[in-house]
Amino acid sequence: MASSALAKPQVHGLWAKHLQFHIIGVFVVSVGVAALYKFAVAEPRKKTYTDFCRNYDSMKDFEEMRKASIFQRTK
Amino acid sequence: MTQGFKVCTRVCVSVFRSITLCVTLNLHGFSKMYSMCFSESVVKSEDFTLPAYVDRRDYPLPDVAHVKHLSASQKALKEKEKASWSSLSMDEKVELYRIKFKESFAEMNRRSNEWKTVVGTAMFFFGITALIVMWEKRYVYGPLPQTFDKEWVAMQTKRMLDMKVNPIQGLASKWDYEKNEWKK
Repeated sequence: MASSALAKPQVHGLWAKHLQFHIIGVFVVSVGVAALYKFAVAEPRKKTYTDFCRNYDSMKDFEEMRKASIFQRTK
Repeated sequence: MTQGFKVCTRVCVSVFRSITLCVTLNLHGFSKMYSMCFSESVVKSEDFTLPAYVDRRDYPLPDVAHVKHLSASQKALKEKEKASWSSLSMDEKVELYRIKFKESFAEMNRRSNEWKTVVGTAMFFFGITALIVMWEKRYVYGPLPQTFDKEWVAMQTKRMLDMKVNPIQGLASKWDYEKNEWKK
């Protein structure tokens, strides 16, 4: 009388299975997202800033701005 | 004097009537009385105060069976169910299931094409809104301020570049100050 079309579904340990899946998933997803952010956003940004600041001359910058006459108190 | 007397009699009468009503009728009789008032039609009105049958994933065993009034053959089948179940044929087992439940889990969880209707209707009303906004821009709004003119925006951008706005990662970092053009 038993039909052979369907396999018997899992009846025990459903919460344990759910927990294991989600605990592993939480670690993988959070570490993955953090690593992705670090190497795609944070590290390039740090590099851009150090490259900018290495040869930055603020007085030269100021002189350029002054020549472009954007200041109101000095020409 | 007489006004007060009239109010008192009215209050006493309504209190007496409500008390007798609660005493003489239980909840089922109460709803039956009102259902008789409202339904003059042939169909007996559904009594929503009684436990109901539901097809829900999160409520697998409903409060009542699906079929309330069994036919003669169904009654015989329910009698046969009281004996050993191995004597039941496959069709009889399915019939017993259908007496108790309306839809199987597979049937109640079946997918549908409703989402297409929903998405289509939403996009349709979005389109109508777009037409309304177009009419509004043409007939209601005044002109844009001069700060949106192309020449003004060019002067504005030139001034921002002169000020070296956001020189590390922002606007001024995209401008090549030696060649006087945008960086490629």
